Amino acid sequence: MSLLQIEKMTHYFGGLRAVHNYNLRIEPGQIRGLIGPNGAGKTTVFNLITGIHQPTEGSIQLGDENLVGLHPHQIASAGLGRTFQNLLLWRHMNVLEHVIMAQYSKMTYGLAGAFFGTAKRKRQEAEAEEKAYGLLKLVGISDLAHENVLNLPYGAQRRVEMARALGVEPKILFLDEPTAGMNPEELIQMMEIIRQVHKEFGLAIFLIEHRLKLVMELCQEIQTLVFGEVIAEGTPEEIQNNPKVIDAYLGKEAID
Amino acid sequence: MEVTGSELSTTAIGLKTKIRDMFSMLPIMGWLFGALIAVILEQIVGTPLAIALGLPKIPALFGFLIMLKKPMLVPSTMLYVLLIFILPIGIVARLSFAAANRLAERLINFSMPGSVFVHLVVLYAIFHIWAGISDYRLLTLKFTLIAIMVTVSLNVINGYLGEFSCSHPGFMALGAYTASVFSVSLFVNDSMFGHALIPSFLGPFLFPIGLILGGCVAALGALIVAIPSFRTRGDYLAIISLAFMFIIKSLIENLEFVGGPRGLSSQPDWANLPTVFVWTVVCIWVINNFVRSTLGKALNAIRDEETAANAMTVNTKRTKVVAFMFAAFWAGVAGGLFAHVLGYVNPATFSIQKLAEVLAMVYFGGLNSVYGSIVGAVSLSLLGEALRPLELFKWIAIPLLLILVMIYRPTGLIAFKEFNVKKLIQPKKKKGKEV
Repeated sequence: MSLLQIEKMTHYFGGLRAVHNYNLRIEPGQIRGLIGPNGAGKTTVFNLITGIHQPTEGSIQLGDENLVGLHPHQIASAGLGRTFQNLLLWRHMNVLEHVIMAQYSKMTYGLAGAFFGTAKRKRQEAEAEEKAYGLLKLVGISDLAHENVLNLPYGAQRRVEMARALGVEPKILFLDEPTAGMNPEELIQMMEIIRQVHKEFGLAIFLIEHRLKLVMELCQEIQTLVFGEVIAEGTPEEIQNNPKVIDAYLGKEAID
Repeated sequence: MEVTGSELSTTAIGLKTKIRDMFSMLPIMGWLFGALIAVILEQIVGTPLAIALGLPKIPALFGFLIMLKKPMLVPSTMLYVLLIFILPIGIVARLSFAAANRLAERLINFSMPGSVFVHLVVLYAIFHIWAGISDYRLLTLKFTLIAIMVTVSLNVINGYLGEFSCSHPGFMALGAYTASVFSVSLFVNDSMFGHALIPSFLGPFLFPIGLILGGCVAALGALIVAIPSFRTRGDYLAIISLAFMFIIKSLIENLEFVGGPRGLSSQPDWANLPTVFVWTVVCIWVINNFVRSTLGKALNAIRDEETAANAMTVNTKRTKVVAFMFAAFWAGVAGGLFAHVLGYVNPATFSIQKLAEVLAMVYFGGLNSVYGSIVGAVSLSLLGEALRPLELFKWIAIPLLLILVMIYRPTGLIAFKEFNVKKLIQPKKKKGKEV
């Protein structure tokens, strides 16, 4: 059985059909890519799966759990970690606090623990901190743990987001343009991190990307989305040579 | 000329850093010792000294009132403050620093809660002796402590959660009236509620129940503001919370059984200094615990980026409800204490004036900081009292000060600073440059 299974997902913004009849199956440990021109609905697909928007029709299953109708925090707790295209970091928190915060749903000490500082709270907070350090080490920013995120360079901020997404202990990781705005050097580092994360946790990864280089190198299978519809699906090679994809990206003349 | 000038300034700077270094190695325990000696000194020689200096009586609030009323007495008042407070505190703190450091170290090694307890006992002793001089001091001190509770709790919503809530006086009113009805109806022979149902000697023991009840009613009221906060933020929520405050006020004005606009009186005198002090300490402790936990930091996550908080498993709705109810609870408790300190409560107390006061304390002290709220509440309460002789001009002086703070420190005096009790009471390192 697939890890993530989406069938006939459709979504309208008012009268505008943003996503139509979208199907997806991701197996455990698989890296999938979603490409498409600007405004094709890629981020909408992410937001539909992660619960920020509710699909008008269709079903979404993670393992044997139905995700439609759940709140984003419930979906995240079910094992879906994500990063954001435009870096949604918490501007008054330091790096370590970010990764600890992602473990919110694992804090079972409750309000009594929060109000009175029980032993259980101390233990769980210490565990969360230790785990956070581990994740920061994995993405290579453990020395920045106590820096405020706003003081970090862009590449490091992206890594914070990655570590934070891993903090929710995901079964599947959603990366929304993980290399947007990065220079070639940072791009290579980020690819290395994605590979490492994949190897370390055996995670399934679903990523949106504009840079075909990254998608072609990392992904086992790619979907191309245009105007909310999947026009092509296949291995990187198949996608690269698919006339429809070339048409969508470069226009008809490029084919001729 | 230039050389001597710069030399002069370097020696001045050197002296300044020297003094700063000298005082930065004094642990809080040393200051407490100094203050304790000062208040005891005042108790013994205060009256004779005041008479000798030609003052009508012991200056109640560090001489501010006297100085503003009778400018002729400024030198002798300042001398009094210097002799009774500044010099003894400075000298004792300086002289006892080695002993105080050793004591602080021994205490903290022995046990952290024990050390905190000892510090609090000394602090309470200072308050007790200081307030023992006059009823005016006692009242001011109680109101200041209550202001701390209200300010710290409002900071949970306005600072930590980042919503602009105007409903705090409403929560205070709910708490004040609930606790008042509890104590007046059960323990007092009153024209409105009839005979006492429970012998009044039990009252002081059951008083906490009344306060907690008041807090719970306020927390329930907070749901009315918390639920709209799921869907709206910022200005719109501010308007809703303002409306809530006025609703509560007019509700109470129209409830005849609690006296309507005339108010409710004859609350028994249970809110003595130890009670108010203990409640304030508990309030600060619990709130500080909360905001330092991951559950509490979730408020910051929601304030800074709600979408991300939600995607990182934070249950945003629950967190908001908890924040509002929790803050309202403490406002309610503070309101209950307020009513019993005053022995009288009416709806007009909890209106826009109160709101302005509390908001000023929060924003003056600093957002997202328990420490800042304490500083803000204490400084504005004392300033409000100290500038009382200015009458109308007080309401020009204090807002001006606020404007100045907002220009130079837009988030308040001590914003975004963690209130770390352990750091506060630990012994200071010899170097004076301890990180």
